Amino acid sequence: MRLAASIRTTRRIRFVCRAALTYLALLALGLITAVPFVWMVVSSLKAPGTLFIYPPQWIPRPPRFYNYVELTQKMPFIAFFWNSTKIALLSTVGTLLSCSLAAYAFARFEFPGKSVLFAITLSCLMVPYQVVLIPVFAIFNKLGLMDQQIVLWGPSFTGSAFGIFLLRQFFMTLPGELEDAAYIDGATRFAIYRRIFLPLSQPALMTLAIFTFMGSWNDLLGPVLYLHTKSKMTLTVGIAMLSHQWGATPWHLIMAGAVISVVPILIVYIAGQKYFVQGIVMTGLKM
Amino acid sequence: MDRQRARARRRARYVLSCYAYLLPLIVNLVVLSAGPVLYSFFISFTNWQIVLPPVWVGVRNYTEQMASPVFWKVMWNTFYYTLGYVPLTMVVSLSMAVFVNQKLPGISFFRSLYFLPVVSSGVAVALVWGWIYQPTFGVLNWFLDAVFKIQGPRWLSDPRWAMPSLIILGVWRSMGNNMIIFLAGLQGVPHELYEAARMDGANRSQEIRHVTLPLVTPTIFFVLVMSVIGSFQVWEATYLLTQGGPANATLTISYYIYQEAFEWFHMGIGAALAYILFFIVAIVTVVQFQLQRRWVFYR
Repeated sequence: MRLAASIRTTRRIRFVCRAALTYLALLALGLITAVPFVWMVVSSLKAPGTLFIYPPQWIPRPPRFYNYVELTQKMPFIAFFWNSTKIALLSTVGTLLSCSLAAYAFARFEFPGKSVLFAITLSCLMVPYQVVLIPVFAIFNKLGLMDQQIVLWGPSFTGSAFGIFLLRQFFMTLPGELEDAAYIDGATRFAIYRRIFLPLSQPALMTLAIFTFMGSWNDLLGPVLYLHTKSKMTLTVGIAMLSHQWGATPWHLIMAGAVISVVPILIVYIAGQKYFVQGIVMTGLKM
Repeated sequence: MDRQRARARRRARYVLSCYAYLLPLIVNLVVLSAGPVLYSFFISFTNWQIVLPPVWVGVRNYTEQMASPVFWKVMWNTFYYTLGYVPLTMVVSLSMAVFVNQKLPGISFFRSLYFLPVVSSGVAVALVWGWIYQPTFGVLNWFLDAVFKIQGPRWLSDPRWAMPSLIILGVWRSMGNNMIIFLAGLQGVPHELYEAARMDGANRSQEIRHVTLPLVTPTIFFVLVMSVIGSFQVWEATYLLTQGGPANATLTISYYIYQEAFEWFHMGIGAALAYILFFIVAIVTVVQFQLQRRWVFYR
């Protein structure tokens, strides 16, 4: 009896020790992840002078919320925010529409040329983006689309290999019986796409939507290459410009801008966290 | 006859309607992806500066690059970044996944926290790190001084430290993403196998070596391939923090292409460099797929 009890206590001690070590590791990693964010917020609330105090202050005294006001005076903040939102939303709508249509065709129709077309689409996933960057730039230039926002959201209405692949994989898992019943009732293929496939694929569509929105919102290369007029630019470029513009880097404003650019994505992330994880797992493990 | 013709017509209409669903994709392939891949190949054999029409120069863009010391510096830098970034991100994110793959209270909080850098904009992240790396007033050098009593380097403005700085930033940004993939891999290991191993008297380290590790090799392989490809494509942090400097120390292939094509409008050279990158990515990926037979275990 006593032996059994002592084995149980040593086991318990070992378990507690392991849990404690795990928490220690988790906490250390948590600090590494969190400190840059904390530092971003702290710096965004400092007066320009107190930024350059050594050793650095971890609590801005007093917090200077005016930095955020100053930011909106130094750049057309509302316009940038609106541009980012508009481009991200249009890209998301476009991607969902075009990718779901193509994915539906690939998942359910049989027609000549299907496998070739799908193979070409998939192989586009393997090509580094730099390869198409130059010709696409030249094409948009030829079409007279330079400095127009449509260059940033228009392409999404033609679909993306990634989105088509993601949705096709999901559509393939939907049972065929539902459609059979609908066909017997005389539904058209488009009606089945709209009434059955889209509603049933909400998780996959949400995942794609979040990824597209985030990618577009955070995009820097596209706006840098295509937009020249200040009033057309997005928030990310606006903040990037702050760091390039002035002689002395206005760190307090840059950090305030960084905070503001992260907040909308953070809200999207918190609201749709499970879709993020699902999306990464879906694309990560089914390739 | 009539019936046959009617059937053929119906069939044609069916195929046509199939293609109607794929019309956006076909536009994409022609104008935005597959078409440009071919177009880019053509551009790489020309001297073209956007304004005047392209002039055919044969393989000159390629041979000139091969003979240029900057190109080889760029190759070395790219290789350096990959060699630093890939092993680090793999080890860190796999250990993170092992830690968060336990049933402990509060674990989901840590999972969400670790994922935060992935969703934040690359611009915000790069700029914060730029501020952290600031040599005289940055927190990193303050930390090194306060805790270890060492004077930190000048990070981004020191040619020896600029690349390691970018590697650390890259790992920090991507580790949460890879953690989630590894986590899914770990959770895919069936419980029966652990029970069977325990029945056979395996201890914990044996369990990890002989059960967990072999079964997550496909996940490790996937993360490896994706990380290597990703490491060839760093652009944002370079653009925001170093512009390839100091003394070309952080000039990697991706940024070099951007410079040639969009700062100096040498479209032909840019396209040739992009094709060289394409070629390298293809070779490395094929080699990885060949080698996977030796170490990746598929159930």
